[in-house]
Amino acid sequence: MRLKLVKDNLNLDYFKRWKLWLGLSGAMMVLAFVSFLVQGLNYGIDFRGGTTIRTESTQPVDVGTYREVLQPLGLGDVVISEVFDPNFRADQNVVMIRIGAQDGQESIENEDLARVEATLGATVGQGVTMVLAGRDASDARIQPILSAAGVAPQVTEVGDAVVLEFSQPLSADANLALVDALKQGLSLETIQVTYDGFKIVSVESVGPKVSGELIMTAIYSVVAAIGAVLIYIWLRFEWQFALGAVLALVHDVLLTIGIFSELQLKFDLAIIAALLTIVGYSLNDTVVVFDRVRENLRKYKQMPLDEVLNLSINETMSRTLMTSGTTLLALIALLVLGGDVIRGFVFAMTWGVIVGTYSSIFVASAILLWLGVKRDWSKTQKPTGNQYADVDA
Amino acid sequence: MLQIDTWKRVLIWALVVAGLTFALPNVFYNRVEQHNDAVAAIKKSGSTPDREAQAALWPSYLPATLVNLGLDLRGGAHLLAEVRVQEVYASRLEALWPDIRDVLRPERETVGTIRLQPFDGETLRVRIGNPDGMDRAMQLVRGLAQPVVSLTAAGTTDLVVSGQGEILSVTLSDAEKQALDDRTVQQSLEIIRRRIDEVGTREPTIQQQGADRILIQVPGLGSAQELKDIIGTTAQLTFQPVVSRTTNANAEHGAGEEVLPSLDESGTFYVLESVPVVTGEDLIDAQPSFDQNGRPAVTFRFNPAGARRFGDYTAENIGSPFAIVLDNEVISAPVIQSHIAGGSGIITGNFTIEESTNLAVLLRAGALPAGLDFLEERTIGPELGQDSIDAGKIATMVAFVGVLVFMVASYGLFGIFANIALILNIALLIGVLSAIGGTLTLPGIAGIVLTVGMAVDANVLVFERIREELKSARGPARAIELGYERALSAIIDANITTFITAVILFVMGSGPVRGFAITLGLGIITSVFTAIYLTRLLIVIWFERRRPKTIEV
Repeated sequence: MRLKLVKDNLNLDYFKRWKLWLGLSGAMMVLAFVSFLVQGLNYGIDFRGGTTIRTESTQPVDVGTYREVLQPLGLGDVVISEVFDPNFRADQNVVMIRIGAQDGQESIENEDLARVEATLGATVGQGVTMVLAGRDASDARIQPILSAAGVAPQVTEVGDAVVLEFSQPLSADANLALVDALKQGLSLETIQVTYDGFKIVSVESVGPKVSGELIMTAIYSVVAAIGAVLIYIWLRFEWQFALGAVLALVHDVLLTIGIFSELQLKFDLAIIAALLTIVGYSLNDTVVVFDRVRENLRKYKQMPLDEVLNLSINETMSRTLMTSGTTLLALIALLVLGGDVIRGFVFAMTWGVIVGTYSSIFVASAILLWLGVKRDWSKTQKPTGNQYADVDA
Repeated sequence: MLQIDTWKRVLIWALVVAGLTFALPNVFYNRVEQHNDAVAAIKKSGSTPDREAQAALWPSYLPATLVNLGLDLRGGAHLLAEVRVQEVYASRLEALWPDIRDVLRPERETVGTIRLQPFDGETLRVRIGNPDGMDRAMQLVRGLAQPVVSLTAAGTTDLVVSGQGEILSVTLSDAEKQALDDRTVQQSLEIIRRRIDEVGTREPTIQQQGADRILIQVPGLGSAQELKDIIGTTAQLTFQPVVSRTTNANAEHGAGEEVLPSLDESGTFYVLESVPVVTGEDLIDAQPSFDQNGRPAVTFRFNPAGARRFGDYTAENIGSPFAIVLDNEVISAPVIQSHIAGGSGIITGNFTIEESTNLAVLLRAGALPAGLDFLEERTIGPELGQDSIDAGKIATMVAFVGVLVFMVASYGLFGIFANIALILNIALLIGVLSAIGGTLTLPGIAGIVLTVGMAVDANVLVFERIREELKSARGPARAIELGYERALSAIIDANITTFITAVILFVMGSGPVRGFAITLGLGIITSVFTAIYLTRLLIVIWFERRRPKTIEV
C-alpha cells in the first residue's frame, strides 16, 4: 500500500481561468504593498537601532509594572511584551523589552543597562548577590563601605572571591551606589551582580550607524539574489521563463513582506535570510516545472502551449506535493517545537513554502502562457546556450 | 544497463566513511571538548596526570575537530567597535607644532613672527608675520615631511603644506592617513587581543572588519558589558632586573623577587626583582626598526624621568639581562650592551620583522591608540543558548522521523533507500561542517531542518521519474537508468539556483545568518551527492542481488 498524494494520470486544467489567477495574485501583491506602505513593518533593532533586553523571572510578569518602573528612567520609547512558548518551564516568565536608540550614542551604555537591570531586579527579584573577584573576606576595606551604605549582607568567601548576599531586594539607587563604592574602594574593574529570581538572559544593541548599513545590505542581497537568478534562468531557458520565474519570486517576497506588515511581526535580519531562502525554494519548484515544460515542448511540437503547461504541471504535481510536504513537515516541527527565538524566521519560511508552491504554478507558468514561448527548440538549441541540453536527450 | 564502475563505488563509500569519521566526534561533544582542551593545555604549559587522563578520553588517531557552536547557541558576548582614527590624526598634527616652530624660528627675519592658530582637529594653521616669506616658510615646513611607510603609497610623503596670505596650513596626506588608519587599527587589535587572552576564555574571535572596525566575539563570557570593561583596562608595562632564568614555575626565589613566565617560549620562566626600574608610564614611543646589522629590532624612548633612571641602571649593569614585562609576562629579556643615556634604546633579538612590529605595538600597549565607539553589542546568556539547542534537537528529531515515515509510506523500499541516504546526508553535513571548522548557529539548525525537508527532493524527482518511465514498460533496469538520467537536469537546475542564494547570503550576511548560509549551502552539496550517487548505488546493489522482474516505486 502506497501513500499517494496525487492519483495516477492526474489531469487537471490549471489555466482555464489563468487570467483570474494572475489577476488575483496581482491583487494580493498590491494589497501586500499597500499594507507595507500604510502600516509599515515592525522593524527589529537590526534595522531601526536600539536595544532589546530579554529577561526571565520566576515571578509571573505584570507588563504594566515593568512599564511603570522603567518609564522614569528617561530612556525614551520603551516597548515591553511578554513572550509565551510551550517549551517554557512553569516558572519561566519571559519578557522582551525594547528601548529606542538613545540620542548621540551608538550601542547601549553600560550605565543605562546596569540601571535597567538594577531597577527590574529591585521590582521582581527577591534578593541580590554581588561577587567581588580576587578579594578576601578579611579585607578591611569591605566592612566600612557596607556600613556607610547602611546594609548588612551575608559575607562569605567562595574560591578566591568574596560573595555578598542580600536576602531582600535592594532599591536600584542603593544597589548602584553600593556597586560604585565597592568598585572604587576595592579598585575592582567589574563586580558581578545577580538577582534571585530574575535575570537578563540576552541583550542586543545596535547603533543607528550599523542599522542603516544593515538595511542597505539586506536590500542589496535580496536584489542580488533575484538578479542572479534572472540571469541563470535566462541562460538555461528563455527570457520568458526567466521573467515568469522572477515575477513569481517578486510575488513571494512581496506576499511575505505583506503578511509581516499585516500581522506586525518583528522584521529583522533573520527574516531577510528567510526571504532569500524562500527565493531559493520557490525557484527550485518553478525550475522543476519549467524543466518539464521544456522537455514536453520538444516532445509534443504541435500541442497548444496551455496543454503542454497543464501536462507538465500534472506530471510534476506528485513531486511538487511530496517535496513541499516533507519540507512543511520539517518546518512545522520547527515552528511548534523550535522555541520562540527563531519562530519568526521559521514562520516566514513556512509561509514562503506555501506561497512559493502556489506561485510556481499560478504565477510563473501563467506568465509563461501569457508571454508565449518559442516552440522550435531543435534548431536553436546551440545559440540559446543550452549546454546541458544533451543530458536529458 | 545499470552499472557503476568499481572505482566509483569505492570512492562513494570512501567519501561516506570520511564524512562519518569527521562527524563522529560531535556525538561525544563534551568528551572530545575536554580532550581538546587538555591537549591544548599540555602543549602550552606541560603535562599533568589530570590532563593526561582527560586527553585519553578520546583516541588521538580519530579526528577531534568539532562543529563550532555560534554565540547564539553557546552564549557569550559580541561587540562591534569602531576605532576613532581621527583622534590619531589630531594628535599626530598637534605633535608637529614644536618641530615647525623650531625650523621657522631661525628664519624669523624672512617669515616674521610665528603664531599657532586654534586647532580644529584636521588642519594645523600657523600665522606668520610676514606674508612675503610664505614661500620660504613652506619650503622649510615641507622639509619636515617624511616618506610614508607602506606598500601602496611608495614615493609619497606624509604632510601636505599650503599657504594662503599669512596662514600656513599643514594637513596629513591621504596616503599618510591611510597608513595611520592601518597602524591604529592593527595596534588596537593587538591590544584588545592581549587583554582578552588575559581572561583566558576559549576561542575568542577578534578580527578587523572594513577599514576601521573591530569585531570581537567571546564565547562563554558573561556579558558585552564585561567585555567593554576588559577592553577598557590598561596593560601594565615594566622593566625589571633579571635574577635568573629557569624552567620551573615554582622556582625558589628570595624576598622581593618574583617568578614570571615567558610570553613566547613556553616552559621558560624568569626570576625577577619585583621593583621595576622603569614602568610603561615613562615610555613615550616605541617603533619597529633595524639594528646596525640590518636585523629587525625595536627602538624606544623614555621621558626625562624614565631616561635618567634607565640610564643610571644600564650604566651600572652592563652585561646583565633585564626583562621587559607586560601584564606579568616576560616579552623579552635582552642583555644590556652599553650604558643607555638619553632615554632611547634599541631592543635586539631574534626577531622577524613581524615580531618586532608586534613588540613595538606591545610596548606602546599601555593604552589604546584611539578611543572606541561601540556600534553593536549582543549578549546571549548560556541558558538561552542551551534552551535553543534543546528545542532545536527536538524539532530536528521530530522533523526527521516525520520525513522518514512519509518517505517509506510513499515509496516503500525505495523510500528506505532514500532514508538511508538522508541519514548519511545529515552525518556528512555535520562531518563537513566540523572538518572546515564551520560554525553552527540557531538559524543554522533551521538550515539543517530545512535540508532534511529538501534533501529528499532530488530523490523524489528521481523516483517520480522512474515511476513514469515504468509506465512505458521498458523493464525495471532501463526505467531506473532513464529515471536518473532524465531527472538530472531538473536536479541540477533546482539546486544551483538555491545554491546561488546560499552564496549570496554567505557573502552579504553576518553572524547567525552566515551560519544559516553555510548549512544551507553544504546541505545542497551533500544532498545532491547522496541523491545522485549514494541512493543510486544502494539501488544498484539491491538490483544486482535480487534481479527483480518488476519493481514498485
